[in-house]
Amino acid sequence: MLDTIKLKYLQGRKYIKDIKNAPMKEQFRGFPIIKSGDIDCSCCPTGAISKNPNSIDMGKCTFCGNCKCDAVQFSNFYKLASINRDALIIKENMTPEEFEKIAIQSRREIKKIFSKSLKLRQVSAGGCNGCEMELNACSNANFDMGRFGIDFVASPRHADGIVITGAITKNMAYALEDCYKSVPNPKIVILAGSCAISGGIFQNSKEINREFINKYPIDLYIPGCPIHPLTFINAILNFIK
Amino acid sequence: MNWIKTENNKKINALEIPTISIEQMRSDLKEMKLRPVGFFGKQEFENVRLYVTLADDKQGKLYISSVLFTPDIKSYNSFTQDISQLHIFEREFYEEFKIEPKNHPWLKPLRKNQDEYPFFTMQGEDVHEVAVGPIHAGVIEPGHFRFMCQGEKVYNLEIMLGYQYKGIEDLFLKNPDNRLAESVCGDSVIAHNMAYSQVMEALSDTKIPERAQIIRRIALELERMAVHIGDMGAIAGDMAYLMGASIFGTTRTLVINTMLEITGSRFGRGLINTGGVNFDIDFEMSDKIRNVLDEVIKIVEKTTKTMLKSSSCISRMERTGTVSTETAYALGAVGMAARSSGINLDSRFDFKDRWYEKCPWEEDFKFTGDVYSRFKLRYKEVKQSARFIDDLLEELKDYEDGLKVPVGNLIRNAFVVSITEGWRGEVVHTAITGANAELIRYKIKDASFNNWYMLAMAVRNNGISDFPLCNKSFNLSYCANDL
Repeated sequence: MLDTIKLKYLQGRKYIKDIKNAPMKEQFRGFPIIKSGDIDCSCCPTGAISKNPNSIDMGKCTFCGNCKCDAVQFSNFYKLASINRDALIIKENMTPEEFEKIAIQSRREIKKIFSKSLKLRQVSAGGCNGCEMELNACSNANFDMGRFGIDFVASPRHADGIVITGAITKNMAYALEDCYKSVPNPKIVILAGSCAISGGIFQNSKEINREFINKYPIDLYIPGCPIHPLTFINAILNFIK
Repeated sequence: MNWIKTENNKKINALEIPTISIEQMRSDLKEMKLRPVGFFGKQEFENVRLYVTLADDKQGKLYISSVLFTPDIKSYNSFTQDISQLHIFEREFYEEFKIEPKNHPWLKPLRKNQDEYPFFTMQGEDVHEVAVGPIHAGVIEPGHFRFMCQGEKVYNLEIMLGYQYKGIEDLFLKNPDNRLAESVCGDSVIAHNMAYSQVMEALSDTKIPERAQIIRRIALELERMAVHIGDMGAIAGDMAYLMGASIFGTTRTLVINTMLEITGSRFGRGLINTGGVNFDIDFEMSDKIRNVLDEVIKIVEKTTKTMLKSSSCISRMERTGTVSTETAYALGAVGMAARSSGINLDSRFDFKDRWYEKCPWEEDFKFTGDVYSRFKLRYKEVKQSARFIDDLLEELKDYEDGLKVPVGNLIRNAFVVSITEGWRGEVVHTAITGANAELIRYKIKDASFNNWYMLAMAVRNNGISDFPLCNKSFNLSYCANDL
């Protein structure tokens, strides 16, 4: 027992105090900065790049950095989420500040209902387990998402919304819809990661079934491959507070 | 003998692979007593060719042969009767090509037709059934578990997989890419990407710089450390030892943030490309890695020692989820889980790899096959990996031969098997090219493929409340084999 307390003392405080302005390592590939000029569309494994005018669709991007050139650079800005799918398409000369302004306009009714407590049910529907690990990391001692009243719960019946990761395989389509229907109203749907938003690297697979995305309203898009915990937590905070 | 002898990452001519009869295959499999690492079909016009790859782990060699099934052959006598390790391979082969292995003991769907899955049932007043999944209580991948219990005790666990089936092998044929290889399994990014790159480099006769080889292995060991530490935390969490869960959790963050500093991604995405690596590790970074790892090892040692002093932790782990050496062998277990049950398989050392020769596996590990054994093994491997990284960083100084080389075109009619030891166990990628130098078959086998049945055996006769603990001690992947 004494040893355990000693261990706690040695460990000290590990949480990130100011999560909204948490520093990010400069090597992190986040928000793409795009200029006019020649870019190579063929190097993109998911077809996220368009030419003339140049743009990158963050909903498809795997942030691999293959396309890095004079016209495309990746900044370490990590607040990439938006409530609008079209806003994820980053055009020439857009700065992170400009993107932040248009990305998330919080709605009054969402704030009213969810700002104190948001319980989410996560559905893993055919991804690679990367986003799931990062979502688990959101709840660890570093990021400690629970202090904002945001938590993952065990049952859809306890939840205010669902977080979908993965490209949604045919085999998971039914379970996903079932889970969505089990969540009591009012509820929100969050897509986390490129796979969930667009099919990502698996978009050409014959075994995926993305009807769910077209059938139900989506409230929040969080890009990343996988999503960084800071991206996820900040996205939710901006959305509900 | 009708087998081609080859090595890891070595290209052979696909047309030279011998064709033998089914009966010949059966007697060879029985006689050679080698471990199957590949057993998959390929459509050849109206015929189906079954490729079998066997590994001789002691000699570090691979043996390959094939059987041709003409359209009139609709079934054969299953090999599983004689070689139990093939049980899941035969199910996969049957599902893909509809050639039935007769008298297979467990011929159930693997990835498709889940609606018709015939569950094992038990009759009796005291028996009750617990169904879990595909959506689980935690934030994990989808899979369905069906427990047959009497009171708290589990008689049988049946695992139905296939929810993550994305047809990833077909995607490789359409659009082979390093990013796709990274997305095979999010916790073994480096292992799968390394195996894929080695396959493509062998298929195009590309020799990559030694510096890139070393950096790849440093990343592989970092990945191993990160996952092991994370899982030690998860095991602690499942035993309600929350101090362990939180400390191992934050310690894992230190390791993956180091990966972020090297590669720009917490899981090392974007590091490896066919032909080399994209990021260098300079002197400054080497020092940084060493300092971080020193700290990590210090914390892990202290926490583990404190944790193992607690009798309640020990009593939860000891004799929980035991898999005997015989069972593990019969199921064809590989990797970390097999090592914890006393089967010494590690492809880093079994197949010749000059970078691992200097830092051999130590034999002094006392296995017990239970959760405790798997926990201790992880602890040991974390420390071992830190030592490997230290040695590899030292080696790195002597090689200044660049980071990547251009990749040539693929060679026609070639066959390559590449085995890489991920943290979970061997990752086997096999590729075959056709007459126009295009990929015509791509096959992935992850350690989870062999080990899923180990989990089912581990929970037998344990309390159902110990299932999460057993599950976490294996931490098997669903997506890695598209299951």
